Amino acid sequence: MNSKAILMQGNEACVEGAIAAGMRFYAGYPITPSTEIAELSAEKLPKVGGKFIQMEDEIASMGAVIGASLAGLKAMTATSGPGFSLKQENIGFACLTEVPCVIVNVQRGGPSTGLPTLPAQGDVMQARWGTHGDHPIIVVSPSYVKEVYELTIRAFNLSEKYRVPCILLMDEVVAHMREKVELPDPSSIKIINRKKPDPTIKEYEPYKDCDGDGIPPMANFGEGIPFHVTGLIHDITGFPSTSATVTEALITRLMKKIYDNLDDILDYESIFTNDADTVIISFGSTARSVMRAVQIMRREGQKIGMLRLKTIWPFAHRAIQELSSQVKNLIVAEMNFGQLVEMVKASAEGRFYVAGINKFNGELIAPNEIISRTREVRSRA
Amino acid sequence: MRKELEKYFRTEKLPHIWCPGCGHGILTGAVVRAIDNLKLDQGKICIVSGIGCSSRAPGYLNFNTLHTTHGRALAFATGIKLAKPELKVIVLTGDGDCAAIGGNHFIHACRRNIDITTVVFNNNIYGMTSGQYSPMTPQGAFATTAPYGNIDRSFDLCKLAQSAGATYVARGTVYHIPQLIKLIEKALLHKGFSLIDAISICPTYFGRKNKMSSPVRMMEFIKDACIPAKNAEKLTKEELAGKIVIGEFYEEFAPEYTEEYAKVIEKAREGK
Repeated sequence: MNSKAILMQGNEACVEGAIAAGMRFYAGYPITPSTEIAELSAEKLPKVGGKFIQMEDEIASMGAVIGASLAGLKAMTATSGPGFSLKQENIGFACLTEVPCVIVNVQRGGPSTGLPTLPAQGDVMQARWGTHGDHPIIVVSPSYVKEVYELTIRAFNLSEKYRVPCILLMDEVVAHMREKVELPDPSSIKIINRKKPDPTIKEYEPYKDCDGDGIPPMANFGEGIPFHVTGLIHDITGFPSTSATVTEALITRLMKKIYDNLDDILDYESIFTNDADTVIISFGSTARSVMRAVQIMRREGQKIGMLRLKTIWPFAHRAIQELSSQVKNLIVAEMNFGQLVEMVKASAEGRFYVAGINKFNGELIAPNEIISRTREVRSRA
Repeated sequence: MRKELEKYFRTEKLPHIWCPGCGHGILTGAVVRAIDNLKLDQGKICIVSGIGCSSRAPGYLNFNTLHTTHGRALAFATGIKLAKPELKVIVLTGDGDCAAIGGNHFIHACRRNIDITTVVFNNNIYGMTSGQYSPMTPQGAFATTAPYGNIDRSFDLCKLAQSAGATYVARGTVYHIPQLIKLIEKALLHKGFSLIDAISICPTYFGRKNKMSSPVRMMEFIKDACIPAKNAEKLTKEELAGKIVIGEFYEEFAPEYTEEYAKVIEKAREGK
C-alpha cells in the first residue's frame, strides 16, 4: 500500500486532488479564504512541470485559465465571493465555448466584502446563475477533507468529459478544517481526459456533435488544423451566426449534454431515509452538523433521515421525488437566508411540508439548533 | 489580394464586416504580410482578440484564433503563451478594448514582458457601438457621447507601454504601410512583450463627427499629422501639439516571462 494517513487541510486536499486529476495550470488572485490553494499550487505545480501564475485580477485569472485549457492543459482557479463575482464574465465564455476548467469558490460571508474570514453558503444561486444568459454548469460541494480531494478530481473529470466549467463550491469551514486523510494510490484514481478529434481528419468542425452525445471532440491550439473560438453564438464550424435555427440548436445541445446525463452527474447520499418521517437536506460543512443532529435524534428513537447533496447543480430533483410517502417533512439546513430551499419546494410539488434552517451571521448551524427546529416542524399542528 | 497571401485568410468568410473606408482591412493586411515575410509557421501562430471592430479580424485569418471577452484578450493570450510557449501569440485589439476596459491587463502583460505581440487597431473611437469616445479620442474631438466636444485627456499608449515594462514599442499608421509592416516584423521577432500602436481610420463614426467623413480626407489628415520619431526629438511640446509621432520608440532585451518560468520549473524539480 502506497497510501498513508496524513493530517490535511481542505484547501490542501483540493490542490492534491487537482494535481492527481491532471491539473497542470493554475491562475489566480489572492483572496481569503482560498489563498492556500494558490500558495500550494505555486509550490507544487512546477514540480510536476505545470505552470502557476498570479494574475493582475480575478477576471484575468479566469481568462488565463481558459487560454491554457485551449492550449491543452487542465486548468483551475480558486477564489471566494468577491472574486467569484468578477470571474462570472469569463465563466460564461467557457460555458458557451465549451472549454473545460475548474473554478473553486471557498464561500465566505457576503454580500460584497462581507465577512472575509467567516463561513457562509450564500453563493448557491450565484454558482448556478452568476453569469448572464441560459447556460449549463456543474457544481459539486464537499463536506469532508477527504471528500474535497475526491470531488476536486470529480470536478476535473466532469469538466473534461462534458466540456463544461465545473465549480467546486466549498465553504470556509471545510476549506480550513484539518482532518485525517488517507490519499489513494494515484494509479487507482480514475482520470477522464477530453475527447480529441481523429488526428487523420482533414476538416475539423470544432462544434460538430460527431458522436451524437452532444459533446464535440476538442482539439488543442497549435496541434493540427487551425480553428476559431468565439464568445458569439456560433455554428458547428465555430464561426458567428445570428440564425435562429443555429442559436436554438446550440443552446439546446449545451443544456442537453448535461441534463441527459443526470445519472452520471448527480451525486448524493441518503442516510436513514427509508423509514423517516422527516428528512433534513444539506450540503458542505452544514451537513456535518446535520449528521450529528440526526445521530442524536435517532438514538432517541426519532425517525429522522438526511439527504446530503454532493452535486448541487444540476439540482437533484429526483433525490426528493424518490423519497417514500412516509416522509412528511423536509427541512433544508443552509448557511444563507434560504436559497436551496426554493429548489426543494419546487421538487416537493406540495407533497411534503418544507421548512428551512437558516443562519447568515458568520456562525455555523449547530446540531442543537437543528434538533430544536426539527422538533418544532414535527410538532406543528 | 496576392495569391500567395490567400492561404492566411479564411477567404470563404470574406467580405469582412467593416464599413467602406475603414482602415482595419489595411492593418490586417499588414499583419499578414509581416507574418508572410518572416515565413512563420502558420500552424504555430495563435491570434487572440477582444471585442470591437478590430477584434473581428481573427475570424478572417486562417490561424488558431480566439475571439474573447471585452478587454480580456491579453489575459487569455497569457494563459495560452504560458501553457504552450512554443506558440507565437499575437493579440489584435482596439483602442477601447486595450486602453479602457483592458487597461489593467495591458499594463501587467507589459510588466511581465511575456512574449506576445500586441497590435492595437487604434481608430480613436468605439466603432462597433457607433461612435462613443475612447481613451484615444483627442481632447476637443466630437463623439456620440461627447456632443459638446471631448474633455477627457487621451493616453499615449506607447509611453504607457514603455513605462509599464514592454520591451519593444513602436507606432505606425494605415497610411505608412511599408513602414508598418517592417515594425510588425520587428515586433514579431522580438523576444518579450511588443506593442505596435497602429493608427487606423474610422470615417463612418470618427470622421463623420469630426468633419472628415471621406476616407481620403482621413488619410490626408494622418499623412499631414505624422512626423518620424527622430524628427520629433528636436521639437518642443508646443510644436508637437496635434502631431502623431511614428516609428520605433523603444527596444530593450530583458528576461522573458515564459523563459523565466522554465527556470522556476528547473528549480522546483531540483528541490531548491
